[in-house]
Order: sequence, then C-alpha cells, then structure tokens
Amino acid sequence: MALEDIIKPENLVYKKPDIMNDNAMHYCPGCSHGVVHKLIAEVIEEMGLVEDSIGITPVGCAVFAYNYIDIDWEEAAHGRAPALATAIKRLRPNKLVFTYQGDGDLSAIGTAETIHACNRGESIAIIFINNGIYGMTGGQMAPTTLEGIKTATCPYGRDVKLNGYPLKITNLLKELEGTRFVTRQSVHTAAAVRKTKKAIRKAFENCLDGKGGANVVEVVSTCSSGWKMTPAKANKWMEENMFPAYPLGDLRDRDANI
Amino acid sequence: MSEEVKLMKGNEAIAHAAIRCGCDGYFGYPITPQSEVLETLMEVEPWKTTGMVVLQAESEVSAINMVYGGAGCGKKVMTSSSSPGVSLKQEGVSYLAGAELPALIVNVMRGGPGLGTIQPSQADYFQTVKGGGHGDYRLIALAPASVQEMADFVGLGFDLAFKYRNPAIILADGVIGQMMEKVVLPDFQPRMTEEEIAEKCPWAAVGKPKNRERNVITSLELQPDAMEQNNIRFQEKYKTIEENEVRYEEIMCDDAEYLLVAFGSSARICQKAVEIAREQGIKLGLLRPITLWPFPKKALADYANKVKAMLSVELNAGQMVEDVRLAVNGKVPVEHYGRLGGIVYTPDEIVEAVKNKIM
Repeated sequence: MALEDIIKPENLVYKKPDIMNDNAMHYCPGCSHGVVHKLIAEVIEEMGLVEDSIGITPVGCAVFAYNYIDIDWEEAAHGRAPALATAIKRLRPNKLVFTYQGDGDLSAIGTAETIHACNRGESIAIIFINNGIYGMTGGQMAPTTLEGIKTATCPYGRDVKLNGYPLKITNLLKELEGTRFVTRQSVHTAAAVRKTKKAIRKAFENCLDGKGGANVVEVVSTCSSGWKMTPAKANKWMEENMFPAYPLGDLRDRDANI
Repeated sequence: MSEEVKLMKGNEAIAHAAIRCGCDGYFGYPITPQSEVLETLMEVEPWKTTGMVVLQAESEVSAINMVYGGAGCGKKVMTSSSSPGVSLKQEGVSYLAGAELPALIVNVMRGGPGLGTIQPSQADYFQTVKGGGHGDYRLIALAPASVQEMADFVGLGFDLAFKYRNPAIILADGVIGQMMEKVVLPDFQPRMTEEEIAEKCPWAAVGKPKNRERNVITSLELQPDAMEQNNIRFQEKYKTIEENEVRYEEIMCDDAEYLLVAFGSSARICQKAVEIAREQGIKLGLLRPITLWPFPKKALADYANKVKAMLSVELNAGQMVEDVRLAVNGKVPVEHYGRLGGIVYTPDEIVEAVKNKIM
C-alpha cells in the first residue's frame, strides 16, 4: 500500500486538537501537564466551545498554559484563579469558565479562594494538578507532599511534626454543599487518560447546564524533574506511593447522589 | 428635567453612583468605615434592574482578584475598602496595573498603622500615590472633598480608567464616607453592550472568535528586554496622564500671601480656616489637589512665585508635604500640620498652625 493511500482523510483515527498550537512546550519530558492540556483542548473542541471558553492559568509550571491552547485566557496571581473565575462566570454566565491550578497554587496560597468559590457553588470547573511538589520554583515542599519525601525545603524528608500532614484538599472540597462533581483521576495509562477526559467533559458540561455547583477534577500527576526520576519510574512511583494517599475515583457526584 | 437632590452618606453615594454609571460588578468585603457601600448595594439589589453583579467576597484579597477577573473580561468593575483592607488588596492592584486593566478602587481611609482606629485619617497617601504594591506603577488617584464628589468621581474614575487602561482609585476618608450631605446623583447610564466592549476593549478575554488571535490577560513577561519595553510603555502612558489629567481647586488664592494645601476632608476644614484667617486680616488661600496623582506640581510651582510660605494640612504625620516641597523646589518654606490616628483638627487649630509655622 502506498503512503498516499494510508494518509487519506478517511483513514485518520487520531489528530491533535486544532486549538493546540505548535508552540514548543516548556514542560519537562514525562510531565503530566501536556497530556491534561491536550484533554482540555479536545473537550473544548468536541463540545464546540472554542469561542465560548475563558481559561484561568495559575502561578507555577502551568502559568504558560495560555501559550499552548488557542482560547482566551486570564493569568491570575498565585492562588487567586477561583476568585477570577467567580467574577468572570457571574459577569459572563453563558461562558465556560475553568481554572487550571497546581497543588501549591490551589491548596496552599489559594486555599481560601478555592474553598469559598466551591462553597458558593460557582458554576466553574477547577482542573487541579497534584504532583506533590512545587515544580517551577525548583522542587520545594507542597501541602500535598507525602510524609518522608525529600524536597528542597524539607531536605531530610517531610516531617509531619514540623510541616503538618499531606493535605487532601479534594476530600475537603467534596464535603462542601456547593460542589457538584469532585473526582480524582490520573493520566499515567491510556485507560486513565480516557477516564480523565470523561471527567473533564462532565465537569465542563456541568458548568453550562444552568444547574450550578462547582466542579473539581484532581489529576494525580508526576513531576519527573522534581521527583528526580525517569518518566517511567515516576509513573510507577506514583502508583505505589501517591495513589494510596490520594486514591482515584469520584468523591462526589451530586447528580448521581454520590 | 429638574435635578433631584437627595441627602445621604458618602459611602451610600458611591453605591448609588456605581449603579447609575453602568457598573457591571462590585466585589467587596465589610470593613468600617466603608461598609455602607456593600450594604447599600445589597439593599438596592441592582442585579434586578441594571443587571449589575454584587458579591460579598471571602476577603479583600479575593475581592480585588474578582475585580481583576471581571476587568479582564471587559467589564466595568469595582471594589471598595478601608485602609487595612486596601493593604490586603495591594497584590491585586499591582497585577491590575501590570496587566493594564481598567478598574475602580475606593479607599475610605481610617487611622493606622495596623488595625489602628476606625476614625478618619489620610495616612494612606503614600500607599496610594507612591506605589503600595510592588513594581513601577501609578494609580489615577481622585480625592473627593464632598458627598457630591463621592458620587461624581465614580463615573470620572471609570472614564479615566478605561481611557488609559489603568486602575483608578478614589481616596476618601472616614469623614467623607460617613457624613451626610446633599447630593445630586448622576443620570442613569446603561451598562456597556457587547458591541461597545468589543470596540473599547479589543484586548479583553471574552471568548476567542475565529477572526482574531487569542487574548491573554497577563502581567508576566520573563524576557527582561521585553519586560523593560512593557515598563517603558507604562511610563509613557503615565506621562500622558500627568500632562492631561491634573485636577485641582483654588480657593481665595488670587491675593493670597500664605497658601494651605489640603485634600479631601482636610480641604473642607481648611476652607473654614481660610475664612477665619481672612477675618483676622491674614491673606490665606487654599489649593486643593483633586487628583493626588497626577499631582498639581505646576500649579504649586507657580504659587511659589506668589506666596510667602505654604502649609500642607493633612490627617497624617506629613506625607503629601513631600510632594509639595518637590513641586516648590525650595523657593518658599513649606511646612506640615497634621493630627494623627483618627483625630481631626478644627479650623481654629489650623489658623494657629499657620501663625506658628509659616508666618
């Protein structure tokens, strides 16, 4: 079979979303951000929301998400994305408004904004990348860093007496009456990627049906550079160490009485 | 149409003026002595009439970031607070300036530092005109001296903010916020339509249509040469504002031998002090800066050729006096008179200060 026959449009089974542009990503090899970016772009495109989406980027590695997906964006101060999202959604109720935040942004400096936006039941989606470390600033301890793990600011391992316990903030958020859909997923296997995409789609759909309620999709993620591991080893380490602390699955789904 | 005169507090005038000038959203947090702004809006419920969004945020930090979000999507949005709350907002204010977003901030000042008092003060002058947040930026700062100006400066503040894509601030104090006076509220102006937003704010993140590049609201630029260019652009804009937007009022200045310089509530008290001084044969005048930034430097430099001395009268330990001295550049003596921590001077005290400090 000639190459021309193979690359016919009708044979196309996979392509990158049109709104993912060709800018070279700054993410490290093995990082989960790229996969989650792609899923968001796919869902926006499949739902026909390119002209009706406003994303909010955090401070941290994903600050530059706006360089890769061709929709309108606002870049927030550290932790404040849910406050921006609150205002944008209330002022433009017909738009899809979502934040994209890491664990330092969402569960440390932005804890108040996160909890109160969720508690008010803002019709927004929060995509939460939890890799248990500060990536962009060079591998410091996050609230979600596991006990005993060494980072630049806990070089002898996280000591709960000194630093407190790993913060399972998503477990807190699911208790709030204002949240509608709270789930914890990952993107370390093809099956997990599909599940995460489904979760993002559900969160985005919830934002637009007028029923209200905040939607949180936590993605337990790897940070090969911060963890100082190869991408393959980081995936395995995540399964063995992160998943027991942050078990995957739906934590709250108001529509299904979960 | 005959004008309808109403009696209300300065804080209430801010709220009513916001609704009337087509404000899209107010985000605030209760703090004395400005809580009546949020209280009035919640009582009037403008979302049922003009569609204006009003929200009590969980903190001043969140409120100013809601303002950032709203301004970034092309809406006319504002917040208000008092000194300790405005300190909390400084992060967001710097980001607004850095992302060149139009927005209105109101500070009804109280005595500080720290939790301080709930009584009037003007000790946030430095914070307002010298920065407050991080980075080289300026706020267009309007200082109302009456309830009428509280109402008028909401529309003016928004107009200037949108004209220059820069945050504007109304710097009032507990006297102006709490006192009741006659006021004629501005005429109703509809909120901006989407067509008007598209024309006025082509940079806004409103959802990307097919025919343009994505809009990104950000203050981040990691390349230092590009960031320097951004800063140079900001400074050029600030220079244009300084050339075009200076506002001040002159009271009994024509034949003045001595000049008071005062803003806001202090200017009201100084006006009476001028009357008393003139009854005693002292040729006293008053220059009232209405814009604290841009500051009326040239007007003061001109008066330095006409008067014998100036007294900067402020409810603080001496802040605006530094800008008066810079403008006068040593030509005549410039002294300061102030009361601190929520205590307000009487007109007689000011006349005494004139006699003791500059005559």
